[in-house]
Amino acid sequence: MERKAFEQEMLDMIVDVCGDEAAVTERDMDLFEAGFLDSMAAIELLVSIEDHFGVSIAPTELEREAMNTTNRVIEQVWKRM
Amino acid sequence: MNFYVDQSFFLVLAAVAIPAVVLGVRGKHIAPYGFAVSLLFLVLLFYKDVGSGVHLLIYIALETVIAFMALRYRRRHGKRQSLFYLAVILSIAPLVTYKVGAVFSASLLGFLGISYITFKSVQVIMEIHDGLIERMSPYEYWGFLLFFASFTSGPIDRSRRFDEEMHRTYERSEYLDLLSKGLFWLLLGAVYKMVLSGFFYQNYVPVAFDVTAVGPSILDAIKNAYAYGFYMFFDFAGYTLMAMGAAAIFGVHLPANFKYPFKSLDIKDFWNRWHITLSSWLRDFVFMRIVRTSVRHKWFASRITTACLGYMANMTLMGFWHGITPDYIIYGLYHGVLLSATEVYQKKSKFYRRHKDSVMYQLASWFITINLVMLGFAIFSGELAKLMTG
Repeated sequence: MERKAFEQEMLDMIVDVCGDEAAVTERDMDLFEAGFLDSMAAIELLVSIEDHFGVSIAPTELEREAMNTTNRVIEQVWKRM
Repeated sequence: MNFYVDQSFFLVLAAVAIPAVVLGVRGKHIAPYGFAVSLLFLVLLFYKDVGSGVHLLIYIALETVIAFMALRYRRRHGKRQSLFYLAVILSIAPLVTYKVGAVFSASLLGFLGISYITFKSVQVIMEIHDGLIERMSPYEYWGFLLFFASFTSGPIDRSRRFDEEMHRTYERSEYLDLLSKGLFWLLLGAVYKMVLSGFFYQNYVPVAFDVTAVGPSILDAIKNAYAYGFYMFFDFAGYTLMAMGAAAIFGVHLPANFKYPFKSLDIKDFWNRWHITLSSWLRDFVFMRIVRTSVRHKWFASRITTACLGYMANMTLMGFWHGITPDYIIYGLYHGVLLSATEVYQKKSKFYRRHKDSVMYQLASWFITINLVMLGFAIFSGELAKLMTG
């Protein structure tokens, strides 16, 4: 998959899970601190990632700091593609 | 020997600390020595109660077989859900046997520390299944499970984190930094546990509810609940600080268990600050897994329903883990309901969204939270049951 298309799909997915377009406007924003993600939504995101890209990330695989911004989520998934 | 209570414990700790400090200061590897010290402390813990010591040996043998069979199977054949469930059930079987036995006043398979070590055993199995632990030696496994500083009452450490430190050698300055923190934690923990918790315990004088003197009796009950809450905090946080301090001497950073819990602004906040290693373990290995299964199989249409189910399961389990008694189970259910109610309120209420950042709102929220927390402790301590039944 092309990086650009992949990024767009990831952005759509994050917006979908967070339920707010604003979640991806600032891609280095801490999504947990800003209230867009909580442990519940984070799991939904992991399940969507698995469904869409076949990339499985276990709940304790990464520290929260490794996946707390839009850019970091994109990087972690891309690395595993 | 009672860890962190008996004088003899502190004397032995001081003696065995000397070689650790010498190793650390010289920039040498401490973990193998630390493992030997753990074994020594376990002998001292159980030598007067050989039965429990034997239970521990049986436990370790069982868990070792399960963990290493799981590891071998996972490496050769990949994930298999049914075997994973079987491994988890077998690994918690000793704890369940012990807790159910305790209901009938029988001591089956129990030993001091079984409640805490079980979290560690189960975590290893879950992360083997997840593919996060691919290699592990018996030395690494036992070193993690049996580490003396956190053996009896936590904090509940994680194996991959612990393992990294087992293989680590500190620079002299890094070690000295950790050591000085550790000594400070030991002292502060001793003050918490021996001075402050004692003070609050003296003020905890539960009495049966007196209907003839309603006013003062209610005030007494509230005073007792607060005294008990602060006693619990200083007792447990003091113990944890001492455990962190003792661990630091051996080059181990145990995770913290408390972060100003009485500052909490809501119950979710409270569980991020109180007994953190327990609540984060439950979040990672129970809540998140239930939520994941529920989302995958689309059990519920709404996210809030799923979250509430997760919270109820999490906290009920926490209650049972403390012990199968009405007080503990009600305590678990109580917090499950509070967390669920908080989730619904914060997600649905416009009032909350409008006011959550205002000082007045936060002050009110803090006041309600601390009183709900103290009411929880009154359930936990059995004080409330005593008040009701007289």
